[in-house]
Amino acid sequence: MSKSERPNQLFRNLNAKVASIPMVLTALVIFVGGSAWTVLYSFTNSKLLPRLNFVGLDQYYRLWSTPRWLVSIENLLVYGVLSLVFSLVIGFILAALLDQKIRFEDTFRTIFLYPFALSFIVTGLVWQWLLNPEFGIQGVVRGLGWESFSFDPLYNSDIVIYGILIAALWQGTGLIMCLMLAGLRGIDEDIWKAARVDGIPTLKTYLFIIIPMMRPVFITALVIIAAGIVKVYDLVVAQTSGGPGIASEVPAKYVYDYMFFAQNLGQGFAASTMMLLSVVVVIVPWAYLEFGGKKRG
Amino acid sequence: MRYQFMTAALAVTTALPFAGPAAATDLEVTHWWTSGGEAAAVAEFAKAFDATGNHWVDGAIAGSGGTARPIMISRITGGDPMGATQFNHGRQAEELVQAGLMRDLTELATRDKWAEIVQPKSLLDGCTLDGKIYCVPVNIHSWQWLWLSNAAFEKAGVPVPKNWNEYVAAAPALEKAGIIPLAVGGQPWQASGAFDVLLTAVGGTDAFLKVYRDKDAEFAAGPEVAKVFKAADDARKMAKNTNVQDWNQATNLVISGKAGGQIMGDWAQGEFQVAGQTAGKDYTCLPGLGLNEVIATGGDAFYFPLLQDAEKSKAQEALAKTLLDPKTQVAFNLKKGSLPVRGDIDLKAANDCMKKGLEILAKGSVMPWTDQLLSQDTQKQKEDLFSEFFAKPDMTVEEAQKRFAEIVASAD
Repeated sequence: MSKSERPNQLFRNLNAKVASIPMVLTALVIFVGGSAWTVLYSFTNSKLLPRLNFVGLDQYYRLWSTPRWLVSIENLLVYGVLSLVFSLVIGFILAALLDQKIRFEDTFRTIFLYPFALSFIVTGLVWQWLLNPEFGIQGVVRGLGWESFSFDPLYNSDIVIYGILIAALWQGTGLIMCLMLAGLRGIDEDIWKAARVDGIPTLKTYLFIIIPMMRPVFITALVIIAAGIVKVYDLVVAQTSGGPGIASEVPAKYVYDYMFFAQNLGQGFAASTMMLLSVVVVIVPWAYLEFGGKKRG
Repeated sequence: MRYQFMTAALAVTTALPFAGPAAATDLEVTHWWTSGGEAAAVAEFAKAFDATGNHWVDGAIAGSGGTARPIMISRITGGDPMGATQFNHGRQAEELVQAGLMRDLTELATRDKWAEIVQPKSLLDGCTLDGKIYCVPVNIHSWQWLWLSNAAFEKAGVPVPKNWNEYVAAAPALEKAGIIPLAVGGQPWQASGAFDVLLTAVGGTDAFLKVYRDKDAEFAAGPEVAKVFKAADDARKMAKNTNVQDWNQATNLVISGKAGGQIMGDWAQGEFQVAGQTAGKDYTCLPGLGLNEVIATGGDAFYFPLLQDAEKSKAQEALAKTLLDPKTQVAFNLKKGSLPVRGDIDLKAANDCMKKGLEILAKGSVMPWTDQLLSQDTQKQKEDLFSEFFAKPDMTVEEAQKRFAEIVASAD
């Protein structure tokens, strides 16, 4: 066959390509375009309405000298690291326990996954009451006779972020558990048999054989958790509205408050650009390692 | 056929009464009046507006102004304006007006002689931009009030204080009796507002104007304002056990005698009224914390977004008229606990506290409030600072004052 008769690469799977045009446009115009617009206007002094009046890096100088923004970043780091670690660890342990061919597995799975069906707002309100010193856990324990018992994370500036973390874990670990369980079920039974024949203890089998084999599942879980961390907002609003004081503020809330409440779009855009930047800093090296590696292989 | 026609005709006639008078125009009005006393007050507006043959569609947004304003603004800028909306007159809607999104009411105002009926004059100034009037003030709300629970002081065995200094002195006795001396809810604007009140009461009206109107950062860092921060430090210590968020929950602590008092605007009065308490007997009010009796002419106003629909525009005019009507003003303000914007109406039914307010108003001791003087951006920075200051006992007074001066220096 001559070269000219080979189908043009561009027209291969033409139907699929045509069908994906709306999504490509959405991605380009709304996601990329919207982000570029936001970054551009973060260099202006826009107040309530966007205006192209450039002021250089002023908004960023102000942002990084604002105590509330610094507190937000610190909170996000604490919340992020802990929620990542605990979600993965608890999710995996629950999945491994469920995988022991126990009775009523369906029931347990439903119980663990159920909180995920609730929105962050509902979760936040539920935990706001549970952690309320007068009506919640502290009140109940004191009612049982332990008068000096004290557990009021939402009213203590130093530990309030952990109160939010508890609610987030309660809501999110069920999903991670299900992902892990699916991963565990995907491991061939023969691997377990082989490990047993070789006399490897169960714990070691999990750590050195099963977990490395579950790498794709872990990456999926990681992306889902990480996305949830950066955008955490509604949970904080429902539980503490950023209080006491500014102790539980998060970046997303700063963006919202300054864009809409303080009527200072420029400042809000600068903050959201910083959030975008932090996501890019995490995603790009990871994507390079993940997808760049395949080409070499 | 004929039978079908008959039933159709019948259906139309039965449906008509529910549709109301043919000329009725629905006008959506958004506001953030959702606590018990506020809801009762806004119902008076709705009743009066419905009586003009139009229909008030209530668009209450819960969660106080901080939550409601962004929603209102994004609806107006997003091209889905409501018929009318509440704002605090002053600078909150400034840019919306500049962008031409709000209706110019000057013509209506001249026709109905608003300039003559609205008292004090500075209220209308808050609605005016470049000589044009853009809003209808409906009440005067002043922040400078201290609400005290008589029952709490009786329980603690100390007389009800007559000013802020006596109150601070009585705090240990209250604490000993298991009462929270001062209730300050967790919402940021409450801490920030309480400080502004202390600034007027302890520092004086001139100090307030120097800081917020002239934006004198040097003065804000100086010894006179340091005195105010000292008072704020007292307030923070007195308030440290308040575990509530909303202002009306904090007011409720005072009503139920669990807290000694609260620094809050006169909108708190509506809550005392709903709870069936009597001024002077169950609770005491001290305007200007008993130190500096002035009334700030902040308050609520209605703005009217520019609409294309002629019918609705006409209904907007009817609403503007209704809001300033003497009868509506009396009915609304009695329920709301605020002062009317007209000097020519008779508030016989006013209670002790409102009478105190009217007296101060008649004496002309009025001053502008932060809503008129500061941009929302500055207000928010202030709120961030004071909510942190009130929640963090280890933040020193000096550090807070330094940051306050920085905010004043960059204020616009």
